[in-house]
Order: sequence, then C-alpha cells, then structure tokens
Amino acid sequence: MQEFLEFTLGGISTGMIYAAIALSLVLIWRGTRVLNYAQGGMAMFTTYIALIVINRTGSYWLGFVVALAAGLLLGALLERSVVRPTLRRPPLNAVIVTIGLLIFLEGLAGIIYGGQYRSFPPAYSITGLKAGSVALGISRDGLFTAGAVLAAAALLAVLFRYTPAGLRMRATAFSPDVARLLGVRIGRVLTLGWALAGLLGALAGLLVTPTTFLYPNSMDAIFVLGFTAAVIGGLDSPVGAVVGGLLLGVALSYVGGYLGSDLVEVAGLAALVAVLMLRPSGLFSATSARRV
Amino acid sequence: MTLVKHLGAALVAGLVLLLLSYKLGSYRDYQLAEVAAYVVAVGGLTVLIGVSGQLSIGQGAFMAIGGYAAALLMIHLAWPLELVLLASTVISAAAGAVVGVAAARLRGPYLAGATLLLAVALPSVANRYQGVFGGDQGLNVTVNVPGFLGPSFQLTQWLAWVCCAAALITLVLLANLVRSGIGRAWRAVRDDEVAAALAGLNVARLQVLAFVISAACAGLGGALLAIVTANVSPGGYTLSLSIGLLTAAVLGGLGSLAGAVWGSLLLVLVPSFLSDFASSHGLSGGASSSVPIAAYGLVLIVVMLAFPAGIQGGLRRLLGLAAPVAPGPVPGLPRLSSLRRNAPARDTKEKGTTS
Repeated sequence: MQEFLEFTLGGISTGMIYAAIALSLVLIWRGTRVLNYAQGGMAMFTTYIALIVINRTGSYWLGFVVALAAGLLLGALLERSVVRPTLRRPPLNAVIVTIGLLIFLEGLAGIIYGGQYRSFPPAYSITGLKAGSVALGISRDGLFTAGAVLAAAALLAVLFRYTPAGLRMRATAFSPDVARLLGVRIGRVLTLGWALAGLLGALAGLLVTPTTFLYPNSMDAIFVLGFTAAVIGGLDSPVGAVVGGLLLGVALSYVGGYLGSDLVEVAGLAALVAVLMLRPSGLFSATSARRV
Repeated sequence: MTLVKHLGAALVAGLVLLLLSYKLGSYRDYQLAEVAAYVVAVGGLTVLIGVSGQLSIGQGAFMAIGGYAAALLMIHLAWPLELVLLASTVISAAAGAVVGVAAARLRGPYLAGATLLLAVALPSVANRYQGVFGGDQGLNVTVNVPGFLGPSFQLTQWLAWVCCAAALITLVLLANLVRSGIGRAWRAVRDDEVAAALAGLNVARLQVLAFVISAACAGLGGALLAIVTANVSPGGYTLSLSIGLLTAAVLGGLGSLAGAVWGSLLLVLVPSFLSDFASSHGLSGGASSSVPIAAYGLVLIVVMLAFPAGIQGGLRRLLGLAAPVAPGPVPGLPRLSSLRRNAPARDTKEKGTTS
C-alpha cells in the first residue's frame, strides 16, 4: 500500500513532464501538421544554456528564465529558418528535417559542451516528503514540477481562449485557408506556435534533468515517452496531452517500481503500439478521418 | 531483360571488388566489408522509404536483431556461416512482420515515432536479460577463414568477400523487386493511397511486405556487421546508428539503390575522417566524436531543403540521364494531399481545439 502510494505520486510528477513534452508536440502539430522530433533536442540544448547561466551567476532562477526565453527564441528561429520551407513539400520531408535538427542539436551540444554527464540542480529539495511517518514518494521538487506544468497548461488554456492571438491560433488550427481569408497572418501564427512549444519543451528539460543528468542524448527517452503520451491523448488535443502524460507516467511508474526500471521504455513501446492498434487517433481526438 | 542487366552489372561489380580486395590493405578490406554490410541495410531502408513511402527510424533496431541472432546462433549452435546469415535474415524478417502489421496502420509521423521508440527501447532489452545477451559487454563473434583458402589468407579479405557477395545479391534482388509489379504497386501506394486502394491494390499487405523486406535487409546487414566487427553490444545499435542509416539513404537519394551505395560509402568513410579532422584541429576526444553526429543532422536538413533527390539524383542530372524509375516521393511537384496538408479533417470538433 505504502509502495503503491509512492509509485502513484512519483508517477504523477514524471507524468507531468511527459505531459509538457506532449503539449508542445500538440501545439506544433495543430499549427503545422509537423511532428517535431527535435523537441527533445531543443529542450536538451536550452537546459545546457541554463546550466551555464547557473554556473556563471549562481542563481538558479536566472538560469531558469534564460532557458525559457532561449526555448521561445529557438522555436521561432527554427520554424522560420528550416521548417517553413518544408511545408510546401511532401510530409516526409518535414519529418526528416526535424530528425536532422534533433541530431544536429545533439551533435552541436556534444561539440560545445562535451559528451560527459553533468548533474543539473533541482529547483527545490529532492528528498521525499513525509506525512507523519508515511513516505509519500514525492519531493518538494516533484510538487514544483507538477505545479509548473499545470500552471503552464492553464496559462496556455487562457491564452487560447481569451486572447486575440489565441483566437487566431485556434482559427488557423481549424482551417488555415479560411483563417487566411479572414486576414490572419498564418506565418506569424505558426511561428508563435513553435515559439510556445519551444518554451514548453525548455520547461520540461529544466524539470526533468535533475533526475536524469545532462548529456547530449539526455532527452531522447523522455521525448519518445512524451510522444507516446501525445499519441495516447490524440495529437490534436491539448487536454488529451496532459491526461495522456499523467496516465503514461503513472503506468510506467508501476512498471518501473514493480517489474524493473529496464522495462520502462519497452512498456512505453507496448503502450504506444496498443493505443495505435486500438484507437489510432488517440483517446481524446474527435476526428478519425484520414486526409486524402 | 532487367534481370539479365542487373545480374551482369552485379557480376562486373563483383569482379572489380574481388580485384580490389587483393589490392587493398587489411584495414581497407575491413572498411570495404563494413560498407557492404551497410549497403545491405541502407538498400532495404531506401526501398522502404523511397519506394513504398513509409518512414522508419528503427532500421538500427532490426540490425541489432540480426546481429544478436547471428551471434547467438554461432555461439550456441555453431552453425556454418551461410546458414547463420540466412537464419538471422529470416528472424529479423519475422520481427519486421510483427512491427510491420502495426506499422501498416500508421501514417507518416506516427510510424516514424513508433520506430523511433523501437530504436530507443530495444538496446535496453539486451541489458535486461544479461545472461542471454551479455549486457553492456555484448557477445563476441568469431569467424575463421575457411580451410581451402590456405593458412596465410587474411581474415579481413575473407570478410570483405562475404559481405560484398551478400550486398550484391541483395542489391540484385531489390533492384528486380523495385522494377516488378510489386515495386509499381508500392509506388502507387506511396503516391496516393486512396487511388491505389480504388485500383484494387491491397494497401496494408503491400506496406507490411515492404516493412518485412526492409527488416530482412537490416537483419542481414546486422549479421554481417556483427561478424565484421566481431562483437554485438547495445552500444553498437544506438539511435545514432538508425539515424546514420537514414542519413545515408537520404544523402544517396531516397528510393535509389545506387544512392544506397554512395550513402553507405560516405557513412563509413566520412565520420572517421571528420572526427580525425576535428581532433587534429584541437577539439577534445569527446567533442570530436560528436562532429559526425552534427554532420548527419546538417546533411539531413540541407539535402532535404536543397537537394531532395540526393547524390544519385544529382548524378542523373549531371549525366543527363532520364530517371528510369521515379526516384522517391521527394522531388517533383507537390502532391494534392501535400497542398492541402494544413487543412485538418472537416469534422474536427471545435471543442477539441480549446483549452
């Protein structure tokens, strides 16, 4: 029972990280119909930037903010420079370009920062909290992780629902052609989507890296699980991304806790295949039509 | 007619390679064998992506399956080499069938993501069952030069022969397949699935078939690489191997088997050249080993944006040859679906787009 509680709460905090990655993928998918394989690589890169700022200035929060800003800029920059030209070509090209971006960023990080594992400081203490004498399996940092992702998701929801920019983004996701006819500058909306996704990815990188160490491939496994979460929820659905991340986080935490941590990625693969076989459009996606 | 032409070309190439293997030193023979092993895997991948239109980032995982199968068969059953190669091809093809059945239901990004997860997850299986797969150290594979070649014959030259022969056989088979009715059906499915289905083609079966063939090639390539490098370990089959194979296929020109040869050649020669170059220019060991990785990425981006037909496409244009086979989904006019690709399905519910 005690173990079960620990695994559940631990799963929720890692699940929120998958949710952040999933949410960033959904943001980009809805705008550009591109699945951004470079998301993990971008997050890894901005986390290195955070580490440098933290080491130079000694302030965690300055590094945190700089990394988020860097994610925002990187997302916008990449969309404008290399992603935009692929949108007129077959979808395969965009996929290959984002894979190229992933590998390029990982290689670049290796060249600049070296391949060795570096530890990255957590925002708050990572010792487990206790209720009386019962260990809860979650730390202050875990609580902060869950809170930060939830806050980011809530802010996004507000942005989408109550701001003109959000309305433009929804309109573009719904029908780019009509939105363009109504005067929406589609290009800017797409750039904004990528920028916000870059910011979310940077947040996920900052939150997860204290538990994984930082190295050029450190986000690979996190990214594929975030992708799985996005597919579970449906690539079109932001709510689905958060729910999918939580479901996957808790499920994998049980697998890792009861069966062994080596099996986490294999279980993720099994979950992905199961969802794709049973409900390929995800649990929360309304559409099932295939584009012709 | 095409069969005769392909066989003739393979025979000439085989003779040239045979002479070459005597001229080259031991290390170059080793590299030749390595290139040939990659040609097998990349050939399968370029057919899968360029001809059947399915993107896989998991080709390295199937190489791992072939490599481990070969190692286990040699260690535990001591089968002869040709039987081991055949069996690892079949085992990998069977694994490809399992994945392919799932893959046939997946489109573009989903398929790439699922195969990516395969590439990331599979090495951890080797760590999980250390007793069978040897954990991080992996398994050692030993091959001996057959007796009739005499005691002084170089092992690397023998390996180069084996790998080149396997590569040539694979290329001939693939080339014929691509030119056959099946190849035409694949291209039809690639260009427009709905139209292909309306024309009476069994889309799912064709896609599974392409996946199985590509996995079989990867399995054979993996088995060859295992005997060349004398070892199989999880570190040899990381995601960067899968991406390297993809880079080779893209750089050579998707859908082109000749391109697969160019791509594999560069995949073996350029990374070591690049990291040597980087370390001689003052980069530390760890940093210079990242240079090839960054180069893969740059190549993928630049080729896709500027030269989507790859090296073979460039050569064809240079020599003024008309492309006999439409070289992949990449060049030419955008398809109807890609013009409309930003439009989501019309029945998307508005409620799904909020919050």
